[in-house]
Amino acid sequence: MKKQLKVPGFKKKDLKIPRIKDGTVIDHITPGYAVKVLHILCIPKNNSSSVVSVAMNVNSKMGKKDIVKVENRELKSNEVDKISLICPKATINIIRDYDVAKKFKVKLPDEIIGIVSCSNPTCVSNAKEPVKTRFKVISKDPPRIKCYYCEREPEDIAEHII
Amino acid sequence: MNFKGKDIISIKDFSKTEIDYILIYAEKMLPYAKGEKYKDILSGKVLSSLFFEPSTRTRLSFESAMNRLGGRVIGFADPSGTSQKKGESLADTIRMADSFSDVIVVRHPQEGAARLAAEFAYAPVLNAGDGAGQHPTQCLLDLFTIKTEKKKIDKNNVILLGDLKYGRTVHSLAYALSVYGAKLTFVSPTSLKMPKEVISECIELGVEPTQTSSLEKAIKDADVLYATRIQKERFPDAEEYNKVVGSYMINNELLKNAKESLIIMHPLPRITEIDPEVDSTPYAIYFKQAFNGVPIRMALLSLVLGGKKI
Repeated sequence: MKKQLKVPGFKKKDLKIPRIKDGTVIDHITPGYAVKVLHILCIPKNNSSSVVSVAMNVNSKMGKKDIVKVENRELKSNEVDKISLICPKATINIIRDYDVAKKFKVKLPDEIIGIVSCSNPTCVSNAKEPVKTRFKVISKDPPRIKCYYCEREPEDIAEHII
Repeated sequence: MNFKGKDIISIKDFSKTEIDYILIYAEKMLPYAKGEKYKDILSGKVLSSLFFEPSTRTRLSFESAMNRLGGRVIGFADPSGTSQKKGESLADTIRMADSFSDVIVVRHPQEGAARLAAEFAYAPVLNAGDGAGQHPTQCLLDLFTIKTEKKKIDKNNVILLGDLKYGRTVHSLAYALSVYGAKLTFVSPTSLKMPKEVISECIELGVEPTQTSSLEKAIKDADVLYATRIQKERFPDAEEYNKVVGSYMINNELLKNAKESLIIMHPLPRITEIDPEVDSTPYAIYFKQAFNGVPIRMALLSLVLGGKKI
């Protein structure tokens, strides 16, 4: 059975950005990080006519948050992993025909493979070797990762997302 | 304790119990390292010695260690004559060496190179230094030297001096000494301070290091003074190097304020940081320290190759 997107005390006049028919709503984004999420998702895309809505510093029960709504696109698991690296509390809502078909919190895996480059220019993972980049997650919230090869920890993870 | 087939990549891969085991085994190797006794427990075994960066002590002591135990060594000390110059990846070079030998020793300018090598080799890989990263066998021989000279590792007041920013030996040693609970004092020029992540690791292990730029003050209470060279090759430009080279000089005048039992260590090569007049004093342990690379590497080669016990 499809789940309706209902929030207690919610009134239509509170709707800051319109509902979408099909696509993904990324909710509970760390305030100020919506633009970084767009960057991770390579938005804007050339020749795309899909609507993308962004709300920043929206009030919620858990404090301020950002929201991104992307029409006609369901996120892939590696895109969700990338979002979890910068917004550990984000929620993904997959919308189909105005209903929430799937809703889940992002979950940072114990190991990050092939989605972040090492910040150390002389790390062997940045050389032309037949390996994917690999990081161990040393803290999930706030997210902190350490390169499996050179043991260096990037200061700004978002800057090194591939 | 079984080390057969184990890669030796970072000191952080070892527990205190495992380090103690290696140090005790290295002590048993001492008469064999000096050539006073001989046992060919690694007879028929071949070591690939792959040095993509210059080395004197590490390479020679690995070769000596293998030869002293009856094994053979193949390899290179300079990559210019190898397929690396033709653009071969490290992974492919390692695959080749793996098929030619039973154990691989690798030194490489890129951090993480030994960890990568271990992924592509069935044979155990021993890290002989990866850029500014790890140098676990140096760390073990440093611990061995402190243990044999001071009879214990914990409760010593150890100064780490010089290039604490780029120096790989001091990063590993600060971690290992914290595992043992030694007191740590970091002395360096402001621009070459110990990186924050190394200090955090020490604190996580229960050791709160003291930081200062004054060697004169710090030396009074020290049991071990571990000096390092300001490494020109690790600096992004010559100007930054020239600002700090020669910041510290250990000489007999400075040592007037030191404890009689102080030992001075240095991973070598030294440039100007230790005056040669110190060499003939009882403080100078650095040449003995360099020799200790042989028993430590004999112990490691024997353990990872599953050689008969000595």
